[in-house]
Amino acid sequence: MKKNKDVAVKESSSESVLKEIMSGDPVRISLSILLGFIIGAIFMVVFDSGVVKSWSNFGADPNYALSSVWWTIQDGYGALFSGSIYNLNADNFIDGIRPLTETLRFAAPLVMAGLGVALTFRVGLFNIGATGQIMVGLAGATFVSTRMELPPVIHMLLATVVAVLCASVWGIIVGILKARFGAHEVIVTIMLNYVAASLFTYFLREPSLLLEANGGGTPKSDRPADTAMLGSLLGPEFKLHYGLIFAVLAVVGYWWLMERSTFGFRFRMVGHNASAARAAGIKVENTFIWALAISAGFAGLAAANQALSIQGGLTTSIEAGIGFDAITVALLGGSRAGGVAMAGLLFGAFKAGASSMQVAGVSPEVLGVVKALIVLFIAAPPIIRAIYRLPKPGPKMIDVMKKTAKVAK
Amino acid sequence: MKLELRNITKKFGTLVANDNISLVLKPGEIHSLLGENGAGKSTLMNVLYGLLQPDSGEILLDDKAVKFNGPGDAMAAGIGMVHQHFMLIPVFTVAENVVLGHEPTSKLGALDVGAARKLVLEISDRFGFQIDPDAKIQDLPVGAQQRVEIIKALARNAKILVLDEPTAVLTPQETDELMEIMRGLAKSGTSIIFITHKLREVQQVADSITVIRQGKVVASPSPKASASELASLMVGREVDLDVKRKPAKLGGESLVIQDLTVLDDRNHQMVDGVSFKVQDGEVLAIAGVQGNGQTELAEAILGIRKVHSGSIVVSNKDVTKSTVREVLEAGLGYIPEDRKKDGLVGDFSIAENLMLDGSFTKPFAKGIQIDFPKRDEIAEDLIERFDIRTPSAETLAKQLSGGNQQKVVVARELGRDLKVLVASQPTRGVDVGSIEFIHEQIIAARDAGKAVLIISTELDEVLALADRIAVMYRGKIVGIVDAKTSREKLGKMMAGIAA
Repeated sequence: MKKNKDVAVKESSSESVLKEIMSGDPVRISLSILLGFIIGAIFMVVFDSGVVKSWSNFGADPNYALSSVWWTIQDGYGALFSGSIYNLNADNFIDGIRPLTETLRFAAPLVMAGLGVALTFRVGLFNIGATGQIMVGLAGATFVSTRMELPPVIHMLLATVVAVLCASVWGIIVGILKARFGAHEVIVTIMLNYVAASLFTYFLREPSLLLEANGGGTPKSDRPADTAMLGSLLGPEFKLHYGLIFAVLAVVGYWWLMERSTFGFRFRMVGHNASAARAAGIKVENTFIWALAISAGFAGLAAANQALSIQGGLTTSIEAGIGFDAITVALLGGSRAGGVAMAGLLFGAFKAGASSMQVAGVSPEVLGVVKALIVLFIAAPPIIRAIYRLPKPGPKMIDVMKKTAKVAK
Repeated sequence: MKLELRNITKKFGTLVANDNISLVLKPGEIHSLLGENGAGKSTLMNVLYGLLQPDSGEILLDDKAVKFNGPGDAMAAGIGMVHQHFMLIPVFTVAENVVLGHEPTSKLGALDVGAARKLVLEISDRFGFQIDPDAKIQDLPVGAQQRVEIIKALARNAKILVLDEPTAVLTPQETDELMEIMRGLAKSGTSIIFITHKLREVQQVADSITVIRQGKVVASPSPKASASELASLMVGREVDLDVKRKPAKLGGESLVIQDLTVLDDRNHQMVDGVSFKVQDGEVLAIAGVQGNGQTELAEAILGIRKVHSGSIVVSNKDVTKSTVREVLEAGLGYIPEDRKKDGLVGDFSIAENLMLDGSFTKPFAKGIQIDFPKRDEIAEDLIERFDIRTPSAETLAKQLSGGNQQKVVVARELGRDLKVLVASQPTRGVDVGSIEFIHEQIIAARDAGKAVLIISTELDEVLALADRIAVMYRGKIVGIVDAKTSREKLGKMMAGIAA
């Protein structure tokens, strides 16, 4: 029997949940972060031996027991603050503000890679290939920075461009496989992450490519030429380098691309309704390829940031989980330029503050828990709605009624 | 069962959605609830079904006041609702869907498929539904799926059936079948509330009518009232259902289809050697029952479906193998049959939707940047000219009523310089006021010398708009006839009997 094409096309519930996750409602996201911190605090308290001891003597000194809870939380998150924003115990302003510059330094690659992932989200693709794209970008940047001799700045710019191009190629592969053969981007990006990681290790072992000149058996590159390094931004007192400028440019560029340019318009059209986009004359398959290429380009920027700011030789650890965190950053930022920048800063702060938390005697793994919880809550909109009793999204009944009443007039 | 809604008032903030509505449904009666989109029909039914609590007023079943705290209560009391969008699981069989939620089980707790099948067969036989209990929902045509919904309600002993816009998704034949079923159900004592805005159907089947406008009952006309009387009551002003038109002033042949053959996604030949020409200044309407190749024909003209053989020429340019963009640039305007799927991006604003196919060129694009002032200017102009009722150009398309959504599509397509307009089901799911307006716009395009191709399964629409009518059946054109051809003859042609 012939299928009647006139069946009302309804969004399947899984699709609408995915849309809700990716849409990034600011209220829901803020509440998710808040909830993540609250539960993180519970973890700190419960696993603090001092608190546990004070509570075992609760009857003797309830005041002490309660205040010990408070102090533990204050110590933990206080350390996070002074490790990532301003060190209140510092003797001078430079030492005081250093944590903030560290946060910015850690945030820059997260923001750049996060923008890449965000772009594909807006086109309706679930791209988890930033890790692989960064690996390939690292290889490209490192080859230029260690094997070529060029004047300063030009050397750095070339290395950056090569990183972006290499990463883009990695993205285009996904795009072509999806557009031409209908392969699912999630599977392809996961697999290509493994391929890229192995490829990068192989390059690092290969004397003719990246292996350090007098290297032994460990896969490690030479340190990049000084001419290729991202220069210091605030002088030798700080580690902050020009990567931050690239990140800011990336945010502005992303905003322009997605919100102002005709490309972004088409990207968003395909993301929201590929069928209508096709009827409007847009080649949806090509749009996928473009989106993945540009998305991977952002990941390539992150790769350049990592490869050209390192003081020693490169190993695979330089990727530092950025590609994976980028997914969270994109989700957290609601795939918008401003949101991704804020989310990147938050995660940068986590990275910057981890060591001072450790010094304060709080396990920095608590931050891992907080991060994971934030993701969990964002990925589970219904949980957050239930906890805070938020209304279901969608056109509010009353608005619709008002509008239709107006129409009737 | 007798149902009485007494003085129901339901407010949302300052908006009174139902204002003191009273309505009596006698046993075995088909009561038509008539009103534009947003008149308050759905609110009233949600109150009846327990989804909303009225601010004041009461519901009486057989003269006893009842209170429903949810659909469960309403169902238990014998009220069944068939929604416009079906609540069926496509991969389950009819029997499985019917018993879903109150499955008969064997002693060991397993689903008793036999009992479920028997239930379906019994109801199906009683009312002449002809439904195979073992068929999967996804393999059934829409009309049959709707019958499954009705069986679902009847299986829970519904004495009162609420049908919400049941014919919106049906072909004329399926609609006739549904009317038969409704009459049969009424005869056996089931009371039916029939929500619709299609006047012909009301006249055909209703025993009594209640017209709601802006939350109030405005009239209870006799079922013998004329279509324009009913329309005027609904809209609140005189409505002219006959489109005024001058004689066609014919020009060149801007759309020429020659021996066109098109396959569907499963390689079935859906369009089979179709040839026709549309001249500037005329409307050629393609009539036919849904699923006879019209969809594929329209898609092939636009270029979103590959042409298997034959040719398509749009204003002297062969676009048989062209991309969609090239076809649009050749001067084709396209109104898709499913606006939500192919015509609009629900999450985009009206202004963005109005530039959907204009992102490549002026006036919307300035280089690779969107020209926002220009875009907003054009949006304001089109909203004004095409009477799109919206708070602002930034309102999301999905928040508009069906009629206004369709006006956005029509405005976008007619707003630019066209040679040919192809419109599929241009007024499907659109309220009466908007239908009148859209028809006027289409005729205005014709009078401005554009070649217009209308594809419609609604014979009323075909007769209102067409200068010539081509009837399509099983992928072939049965014949191209004059617009004055009688309904009977067209009906026969739609069944494949050549003139």
